[in-house]
Amino acid sequence: MIRKFFAQAYIWLLLIILYAPILFIAVFSFTESKVLGNWTGFSTKLYENLTQGSLDGGSSLMSALQNTLIIAVVAAALSTLLGTMAAIGMFYLRGGKKKAITFMNNIPIINPDIITGVSLFLLFIFMRITQGYTSVILAHITFCTPYVVLSVLPKMSQMNPNIYEAARDLGATQFQALRKVVIPQLIPGMVSGFILAFTMSLDDFAVTFFTRGTIGLDTLSTYIYADARKGGLTPELRPLMTIIFLTILVLLIIINIRQQRLAQRNELKK
Amino acid sequence: MGKENHIIEINHLSKSYGGTEVLKDINLYINKGEFITILGPSGCGKTTLLRLIGGFSNPDSGEIIMDGKDISGTPPHLRPLNTVFQKYALFPHLDVYDNVAFGLKLAHVPEDEIDKRVRKMLKMVSMSDYEDRDIDSLSGGQQQRVAIARALANMPKVLLLDEPLSALDAKMRKDMQIELKELHKKMGITFIFVTHDQEEALTMSDTIVVMKEGRIQQIGTPVDIYNEPVNEFVANFIGESNILDATMIEDRKVNFIGHDFECVDEGFGNDVPVDVVIRPEDIYIMKQLAGAQFSGKVTSCTFKGVFYEIFVQTDNDYELMIQDYNPFEIGSEVGMLIKPQDIQVMHKSCTRNEMDAEVIDDTHLRIFGEEFECKSLGEGHEAGSKVRVGVNFNKIDLQDNQEDGILWGEVANLLYKGDHYHLLIRIDTGEDLLVDTNDIWDKGDLVGIKIAPKDIKIIG
Repeated sequence: MIRKFFAQAYIWLLLIILYAPILFIAVFSFTESKVLGNWTGFSTKLYENLTQGSLDGGSSLMSALQNTLIIAVVAAALSTLLGTMAAIGMFYLRGGKKKAITFMNNIPIINPDIITGVSLFLLFIFMRITQGYTSVILAHITFCTPYVVLSVLPKMSQMNPNIYEAARDLGATQFQALRKVVIPQLIPGMVSGFILAFTMSLDDFAVTFFTRGTIGLDTLSTYIYADARKGGLTPELRPLMTIIFLTILVLLIIINIRQQRLAQRNELKK
Repeated sequence: MGKENHIIEINHLSKSYGGTEVLKDINLYINKGEFITILGPSGCGKTTLLRLIGGFSNPDSGEIIMDGKDISGTPPHLRPLNTVFQKYALFPHLDVYDNVAFGLKLAHVPEDEIDKRVRKMLKMVSMSDYEDRDIDSLSGGQQQRVAIARALANMPKVLLLDEPLSALDAKMRKDMQIELKELHKKMGITFIFVTHDQEEALTMSDTIVVMKEGRIQQIGTPVDIYNEPVNEFVANFIGESNILDATMIEDRKVNFIGHDFECVDEGFGNDVPVDVVIRPEDIYIMKQLAGAQFSGKVTSCTFKGVFYEIFVQTDNDYELMIQDYNPFEIGSEVGMLIKPQDIQVMHKSCTRNEMDAEVIDDTHLRIFGEEFECKSLGEGHEAGSKVRVGVNFNKIDLQDNQEDGILWGEVANLLYKGDHYHLLIRIDTGEDLLVDTNDIWDKGDLVGIKIAPKDIKIIG
């Protein structure tokens, strides 16, 4: 009994410590105080400010949010395309070549962000690529693509290798076979690769910081960094963080329920 | 049957993968409407041959002629043939209907025509009620039917089947064999069927092509192949058999298991070593010795459903396998009889091992890169000169420990020949040695190889 109690308490303690910071922000998003930690009574003013865009320097916060989302969507989409093609190619490689490419694919994942950022910064200057939207998106594609490769490759291995040949046999050209038969098998891997790439891009700071140039392009992370250095966080960040967290939470729950249903359906069929 | 009846002709087809020759100079023609089976153990090249016909890989040399045109370089989607794959290879994201309609949609067949044909195909394989089902919800046998319907929906001239029944359980396999055979009759198109199951081949085919190590061993009707195998490999692979060393004494007379027998074969010459094959059901066994050609003692008798499988130790100590409808008591004396037409005489592929050797000195030879002692070579053999040596099958000494031999190798194949084992040893350099021995070895055993000096004979 006592053992069980302690075991339960331990888990709850862990969860509380883990989620306390987010909870803290969520709670204080419902008060107007400029300084985090000062409770000045319940209010939804910050949420109103956020939705109406009427906050001090708030337009830059909203544009940073907008930039972040555009960059994340574009980078994730292009990485998904690139990574899927790479995974298909890598799957059919043999022996040493396959090992070499897989190894090279893993380097950007373990490479510290700061090194990726600085080296890309130098590369863009060397190649005279205008620093701004383009360079940030290119940089994000660089570190997102390996994650897509890693989530698509297992789907290739799970696929019956004969189905591509079966499609060719039934009259499909190489491209038709790829589009009508192979890609549909890879979609679950591509979706999780996209989500992974999207979140990687969303919360990147180091690489963005080095590749955004001097035109004043801000994403959420660079905005918050600059904001914090100016002295104190804009209070409207609190409701924004809360909304982002809740959105992701809801998304996660939906994905989990869907997977469970799929698994149940497969179970029933058998 | 004339050439105009050939739907596919294969000439001098060869294919290697990474330095290993998988197919060696394959020549074969296939008649229109024929059910032809390519049969052989795994690794014999049968699937490679099918993949070359299907267009999934390209030959190194040779041609595949279909309707007068060499198609060996044509991509698979332009070949007028379709394939049923070993693991079905159905498209898991499409339902049964869309799987069958896949090829027709690609060919832009009108919608109503697609509908008609898909329904017809599904009806033909008795899957009409499953149109909307997901592939994953079907059993193996049902998936197999859908795969066949899908391949036939394109109205191919030739249907290729790559071990399509190997993943089904025994009962299901038997049912599908009959259904496939009926389907073949109904459709009237050519079926090329690949299998390693000799029983399947015998039941279903019009023609069987037996393959071994990338070469065709024999082509013939099931009855021909069963009754008149051309060599010990075919005899051993197809059905149960007694394969025995024999001597052709003269035309129509052969000696084996220590007795002379009348047979129907001629033209082998006199006193020539041969192999004979006798099917277990072709040996007549009886309780009395009167009228028997030879006698023996029953060592085991097992009921096999329709017949009894009986092992007999003959009067000259050979072991024979016999199938009979009647049981015989273990230990009892029996008489046996073999009719002349039931004795199949085959040429031996060789009667001793022959190989190249290099003279080291008067009493030493280098064979397969190792030094062997031999009898004095005498005059006229310079060090470094090349000679040809012969070693009889029964003069090669096999050792348990690889280190005890001068060479080492692996038992690649073995065959019981009534009173001894006939082994094929693949030595580490890739060459083969044939060995007759009374010791029992298993396939895959590693052995050391020794040859006594007096048994190495210079033959040229």
